Amino acid sequence: MNFVKAKLELEKLETGAILGVLLDEGEPVRNVPESFTEQGQEIIEVKNLGDHFCLKVRRQK
Amino acid sequence: MSLTEQQIERYSRHIILEQVGGAGQEKLLRSKVLIIGAGGLGAPAGLYLAAAGVGTIGIVDSNKVNLSNLQRQIIHHTNDVGVEKVKSAENKMRAINPDITVRTYQTRVNAENISDIIRRYDFVIDGTDNFPAKFLVNDACYFDKIPFSHAGILRFFGQLITVLPGETTCYRCIFNAPPPANAVPSCSQAGVLGVLAGVVGSLQATEAIKYLLGIGDLLTNTLLTYDALTMEVRKVRLNRNASCPLCSENPQITELKD
Repeated sequence: MNFVKAKLELEKLETGAILGVLLDEGEPVRNVPESFTEQGQEIIEVKNLGDHFCLKVRRQK
Repeated sequence: MSLTEQQIERYSRHIILEQVGGAGQEKLLRSKVLIIGAGGLGAPAGLYLAAAGVGTIGIVDSNKVNLSNLQRQIIHHTNDVGVEKVKSAENKMRAINPDITVRTYQTRVNAENISDIIRRYDFVIDGTDNFPAKFLVNDACYFDKIPFSHAGILRFFGQLITVLPGETTCYRCIFNAPPPANAVPSCSQAGVLGVLAGVVGSLQATEAIKYLLGIGDLLTNTLLTYDALTMEVRKVRLNRNASCPLCSENPQITELKD
């Protein structure tokens, strides 16, 4: 559901805008960036904040 | 319209798809599909359209469920024998998905009533089981310019084509007119593999959903044939017929007739 909810948030943005997503370690941080990349979105960074991660993704389409 | 938490969970497998997303799912929820015939083809089509969250589904049938239907009309159960097919279908579609609206038409389509029914919909699925009805659906959808899926099954063989009226090959481009009565047997005479209805009806639902989402390649100008015995699937390219009695520049058919 992480990717589903993140994708729905990204859909609300204009093309070119950047979404920040907080993700738990493990499957969420492994799968969500990969899913966005597969769908042609641009990963700006995945930052380790200690007990969770911050993903920044730019809407390309 | 924005999706509720429950809808996000229910339709998550759609939303994940690049070609669907939340926007696509919302499109489906706003869409209206009519299924003419709650039998072999209409049954799986109705179930899958309900599961997909097509917001309004119309279902037309004048018959009641009988025991011989249950071999292939999987929307009807043993307890439904004697029940109107449209009621039985409505109950199962809403049991799968209470989000949707189901409109039932306890009637047989004819030249008098079909236009008023189909005009309220974005797409029509022809699930009828006789040639006059198939030609009527083709003609009515042409006059009102409503895209539809035509399909037919018999024994181990199925076929389907999607028609964008006025743009792509219609049923009369391929077959001018219904065959003489008794020239082609019905399923009750020749038999039909039950699961064939599931395959072909599901393909019709697939075409409807793709049309509503505006994705993929529709089976327009293309007759898909399926032989369940040999598992041979063919796509036969069919151009519009310049002499079609319905959709050509010089049509002979200009109104609906039974």
